Amino acid sequence: MDDGDETVTEQHLRVDPVACDAFGYCAELLPELVALDEWGYPVVSDRAVPPALLDLARRAVAECPRRALSLAAGKPSVTPKRVRLASSRR
Amino acid sequence: MTTTTTTLRSTSRLLAVADNGGGPDLDTHVQVHGDPPRLTGAAARDGVLGALSRSGVTGRGGAGFPTTRKVDLLARQRRRPVLLVNAMEGEPASAKDRVLLERAPHLVLDGAQVTGALIRADHIVLCIPAEHGGAAHAVQVALAERARRRIDALHVELAAPPARYAAGEESALADWAAGGSGLPMFRPDKGVPMAVRRSPVLVQNAETLAHVALVARHGDAWYRSVGAPDAPGTTLVTVTGAVQRPGVMEVELGTPVGHILAWAEVRRQPGGVLLGGYGGAWIEGSDLDVPFSPAALRERGAAVGAGVIGVLPAGACGLAETARLVAYLADESAGQCGPCTFGLPAVAEDLDRLAMGAADPALLERLRRRLEVIPGRGACGLPDGAVRLAHSALRVFAFDVANHARRRPCPGWAHRPTFPTPGVRRMSLWTTGTRR
Repeated sequence: MDDGDETVTEQHLRVDPVACDAFGYCAELLPELVALDEWGYPVVSDRAVPPALLDLARRAVAECPRRALSLAAGKPSVTPKRVRLASSRR
Repeated sequence: MTTTTTTLRSTSRLLAVADNGGGPDLDTHVQVHGDPPRLTGAAARDGVLGALSRSGVTGRGGAGFPTTRKVDLLARQRRRPVLLVNAMEGEPASAKDRVLLERAPHLVLDGAQVTGALIRADHIVLCIPAEHGGAAHAVQVALAERARRRIDALHVELAAPPARYAAGEESALADWAAGGSGLPMFRPDKGVPMAVRRSPVLVQNAETLAHVALVARHGDAWYRSVGAPDAPGTTLVTVTGAVQRPGVMEVELGTPVGHILAWAEVRRQPGGVLLGGYGGAWIEGSDLDVPFSPAALRERGAAVGAGVIGVLPAGACGLAETARLVAYLADESAGQCGPCTFGLPAVAEDLDRLAMGAADPALLERLRRRLEVIPGRGACGLPDGAVRLAHSALRVFAFDVANHARRRPCPGWAHRPTFPTPGVRRMSLWTTGTRR
């Protein structure tokens, strides 16, 4: 966040709650940033991914069986991303 | 529910015709409000866009988002957008969009045409669930009148998406319009417009558009001449629950909640007042001086929301009522997101056990932990609303919470439900056999 990390663009973890099916791999790989709630769904930290954890974070993203985890530049709420269409879901 | 419009004791704008006994026809509408605004040319569009921005009109569907921000965004798209008029009104306690469409359909249609012109829309789709037949009929009649006089530039299509609590959530409505099943979508960036096939979509609540129609006619200074400085204009509210005259009325924003209740002939101090909607918040029954405006309500953890003002009778149990409302919201969950699918039934059960005096020693701590962990983790705001309601119940009914936590039920637990919760079974059945 504002601790002077010299990352060019801050990366944040983000969960697509519709896609997530509580496999929990993300919390196993990245307990520093992901906790599971009592139902097994991830609660991700809203702080930027520290540089030292970026590789692990990328791995967690790649290994999510539901492709529900992503890394996005900047604050989660301002990340540009195309809204998924219903028609493209089926 | 009852949808009688009570006699207006406040400024009537949207309901100016109906409150003076006038019909919903085009002639009366034009007589009272003047000709529908015509927006031909960029200068006219910029003029109205400026007035709209200065007016401070906010969305009346529940979120209260500044209307111009959405309109501006859509006006800047390359492809011609589709305007979805949202009259889904999924709040079981709300009737204001229905009443508005039944009594002033032309005002909503004027606003839709104005907004459509501002964003250079391709066409307009007006969404009213089949269950709200009176409103759909009024719109059909109004559309036929307008077609005969050829006053509309944009084609309006009437659609009947399935009625559900979350069907009117804007991404759910866009999903339905795109041929999907009408479920909320995950939208990490609200700054990117939604799309139907490849056309960008603007979703605007019906009441919001009626306000736009008046700003386009009379300007922002007129709009701001009533209401509170930080919340100008009027708004429609649905007063329901333990009141002599339930129904929809138009009030200036900033009107003390107690005045609104007096107009609806509430004679005894309520046990609590539900504000906004089922995903809203309780305030104390003695806290009636609070102005009905976003800023004042925010201080109490409440919001104007969809304009519901629900009166809990003095003898009822606010916790039992909240348990039923949360159970209803849990039933209405689309079941897409884990924290909502599993979290809301768990919260409802905690509240019910608490209300019936069957709390285990760990209940309160568990409930508070659940209320901490659920919000902000769903595709739509349904779980956040349910949590807001539950939080406010623990605060406003703190005395009952303390009593019930010591396993003392109250006589109010058996009180008949105050607010409609279609489909929710009689509570406490689920605790049978598990009671320790």
